[in-house]
Amino acid sequence: MALTLVFLGRLEDLAGAGSREVALVPSLAAVIAGLEPELAEALRGPRIRYAVNGTLVQGEAPLADGDEIAFLPPVSGG
Amino acid sequence: MSGDALLLTEPFDPAEALRRFTVDLPQAGGIVSFLGQVREGGGVEALELSHYAPLTLPAMQELAGRVRERWSLDGLLVIHRSGVMVPGEPIVLVAAAARHRRDAFAAADYAMDHLKSESWFWKREKVAGEWRWIEPRTQDIEDLARWA
Repeated sequence: MALTLVFLGRLEDLAGAGSREVALVPSLAAVIAGLEPELAEALRGPRIRYAVNGTLVQGEAPLADGDEIAFLPPVSGG
Repeated sequence: MSGDALLLTEPFDPAEALRRFTVDLPQAGGIVSFLGQVREGGGVEALELSHYAPLTLPAMQELAGRVRERWSLDGLLVIHRSGVMVPGEPIVLVAAAARHRRDAFAAADYAMDHLKSESWFWKREKVAGEWRWIEPRTQDIEDLARWA
């Protein structure tokens, strides 16, 4: 029972890797609370967006085994 | 309607891409293209764009669809690189083909403004051997207001 976390942009540096697996917990808030304090604080930032299985979510979303959660900082493309 | 939205992880030849796009569009009176390349200067040795596959290409395709709805076009081409690039290397190519030039200019401009500010890419550059992330430019966000 696991979740995959994906860290984009500068969040990858803070997390130390582009992705990691964590044990399944029922909510995004619980996922974030289980991470290192500095990383958790960055992920709660007002400009960080979340996607679950490739779909953007607002605020909270129910999580299930095998879900992929992406943490998306402001984009800087082009 | 000709054209496509492409996300490439390898270098591309913009002149060849434009030639192939144009050859299928004899009915278009005007084709406007924009090429963005890695800027030389400031000691920049390389630029890296990263993307998130589940979001990046679908959003580019959705943007291309919006552009086609907004202007009367014969073709639209959107190519965006991901990965490591060096100064002078192409990053993005947008081309819009229309019967008359005004629609082509406006469509290419709109597509670029939205690619810059809304597409799911994250950019970092290497200076003196050190990578650093590039934060979004306020100007890119302000450019969007032109289309509201």
